[in-house]
Amino acid sequence: MAASGNALLGLEDVTLCYATSEQIVTATWRVSFDVAQGDRFILLGPSGCGKSSLLKAVGGYMTPTEGHITLKGQPVTRPGPDRMMVFQEFDQLLPWKTVKQNIMFPMVMSGKYSKAEAADRADFYIDKVHLSRARNSFPHTLSGGMKQRAAIARGMATEPDILLMDEPFAALDSLTRGQMQDELLALWEETKFTLMFVTHSITEALKIGSRILLLSAHPGRVRAELNDLDGLRDNPLRSKAMEADIYHLLFGQAAPAEVE
Amino acid sequence: MRQNIIIDIDPNARLDIAARPVPWPRRLYANPTLRRLLVIAVLGAVWQGYATWLHNPLLVPTLSETAQAFAEGMLSGVLPQRVAISLRTLLIGYGLGVALAAVLTGLAATSLMGNSLLETLTSMLNPLPAIALLPLALLWFGVGNGSLVFVLLHSVTWVVAMNTHAGFQAVSQTLRMVGRNYGLNPVSYVLRILVPAAFPSILAGLKIGWAFAWRTLVAAELVFGASSGKGGLGWYIFENKNELEIANVFAGLLTVILIGLAVDSLVFRQIEKRTLRRWGMQAH
Repeated sequence: MAASGNALLGLEDVTLCYATSEQIVTATWRVSFDVAQGDRFILLGPSGCGKSSLLKAVGGYMTPTEGHITLKGQPVTRPGPDRMMVFQEFDQLLPWKTVKQNIMFPMVMSGKYSKAEAADRADFYIDKVHLSRARNSFPHTLSGGMKQRAAIARGMATEPDILLMDEPFAALDSLTRGQMQDELLALWEETKFTLMFVTHSITEALKIGSRILLLSAHPGRVRAELNDLDGLRDNPLRSKAMEADIYHLLFGQAAPAEVE
Repeated sequence: MRQNIIIDIDPNARLDIAARPVPWPRRLYANPTLRRLLVIAVLGAVWQGYATWLHNPLLVPTLSETAQAFAEGMLSGVLPQRVAISLRTLLIGYGLGVALAAVLTGLAATSLMGNSLLETLTSMLNPLPAIALLPLALLWFGVGNGSLVFVLLHSVTWVVAMNTHAGFQAVSQTLRMVGRNYGLNPVSYVLRILVPAAFPSILAGLKIGWAFAWRTLVAAELVFGASSGKGGLGWYIFENKNELEIANVFAGLLTVILIGLAVDSLVFRQIEKRTLRRWGMQAH
C-alpha cells in the first residue's frame, strides 16, 4: 500500500451513484485507494465495475454520494486543468483548432502559461508524440492514432498534477495500440508524470501499469491492489502467470454468483 | 513446404499511375460558383422564353425588359437610394435580433431557468407573424423606423435563437467534458466551446434569420407603405405597381434576389469556407 502521507491523490470510501428516472444505480461501493507521485495507476475490471465512473469522479464530473476525493490534500469539487483527461473518443479535439492550437488552448486559458511559452511547450510535446508533420493540421485530417497522440500531448503539455486516461487506445487497431502503449511508456520514462489509466484489458494493464487496482462488478468494489509489478515486463513467464492470477481474481469470484 | 515469397518493388517504376491530373470538364463541374451560375443562366433563359412567348408585359415582362428597368433604376439613382434605406433598417433590426438571440441562448446554455425561458418564449412567439405585430408596433413606436426595427427584431430573434439552442444541445458530450476540463468560466465555455461546436446550426439560423428579415421588411413596406416619407424597396415595388410600371416591379423584386445572392455568396459562403469546411464540420 502506498503510504497516505505522501499521496498525491486519495480516495476514501467513495460511493458513486447514477440516478435514472426510475432507479438509482450504484456504480462503485466504498472504494479507497491512494495514488503517489509518479505512479502509473491502472483501474482494471470488467464492464460495469465503475472504473470509468471513478475516473470521472476524480476528473470532477461526478460528485460522490459518500466518501471523499482529495488531490494534494484539497477536496475535488469540479473539473479543472490540474487533472487533464484523455478520452476514448476521437472527437475530443476541438475541430476548429489545429493540432498546435488545440494543445495551446488549455495552457493559455488556464492562465498558467503565456502565449509564447504555451507555443514552445506545444511544439516540444508535438515532437515528443511524433506529430511534427501534422502540427498545423486540423483534426479531421488526422487518423485515429494521430488524434489520440494529439490528445495525449495536450494532456501532458498542460503539466497537470495527474493525467487521467479513459481507455484512450480502445478504439484503435491493435498494431497502433501496441505502438501507442510503447510511446506512452517512453514518455513516462522521460518525465515521470503521474498517470491514472482505465482499461478492461489485462494485457494492457500489465504493460502500462506500475500499480493495478482490480475492481469487481455490480457495484464496483476493490478486489485487489497489485503494487509489486516492477520487472514484470522483462519476465514473460511471471507476466503470464500474473495475467492468469488476475483473470482468476476477476472472474473466479463471479462464477459462483452465476450458479446461484 | 511453402516458401515465403518476397517481391522487390522498384520505387521509381510506374509513378505515372499513382497520380493523374483531373480532366477539365470534371474540374469545371467541381467548381460550386460555376454550377450556381449555370442554374441562374437556365432560370434566366426559361424566364425570357416564357415571357416572350406570353407577350404580355403587364403580366410578365421579359428578363431583358426587367434588366433594362433595373439598369435605368440604378442609373437614375432611385434604386440605390431605396436599397440603402432598406439595408440600413434591415441591418439595425437584424443586428438587434441576433444580439437578443445571443443573450437568450447564452442564458439557456448555462442555467436551467434560462433554458425554460428560451424554450417557452420561442414556442410562444415564433409562430406569430411579424406583420401581425406591425399595427401594434405602429401604435407603440409611431410611424417610422422604430416600428420596422421592432418587427424585424421579432422576425429574426426567435429563429436564430431556436437554431442556436438546438445546435448547443447537439454538442457532443466529449467536447463538453473537454471544455469543462479546461476549467473555463461560463462565458468562455459558451463562446469558445459551444459556439464553434454548434456553428453549423448557428450559421443556418443566421441565414434563415436574414431571409426572414428581408421578407418582413419588404412585406411591411408593401402593406403599410413608406414610413416618414422615405420608403425602401418594398415601397418602390408598391409605388410602381400602382403606376402599372410592371417592369419596375420586377426590377425591385430582382434587386431583392440579387442582394440575397450577393450576401449568400460574399458573406455566408465565405464564412462557411473559412470555418466549417476548414474544420471538417461540413461536406460540400
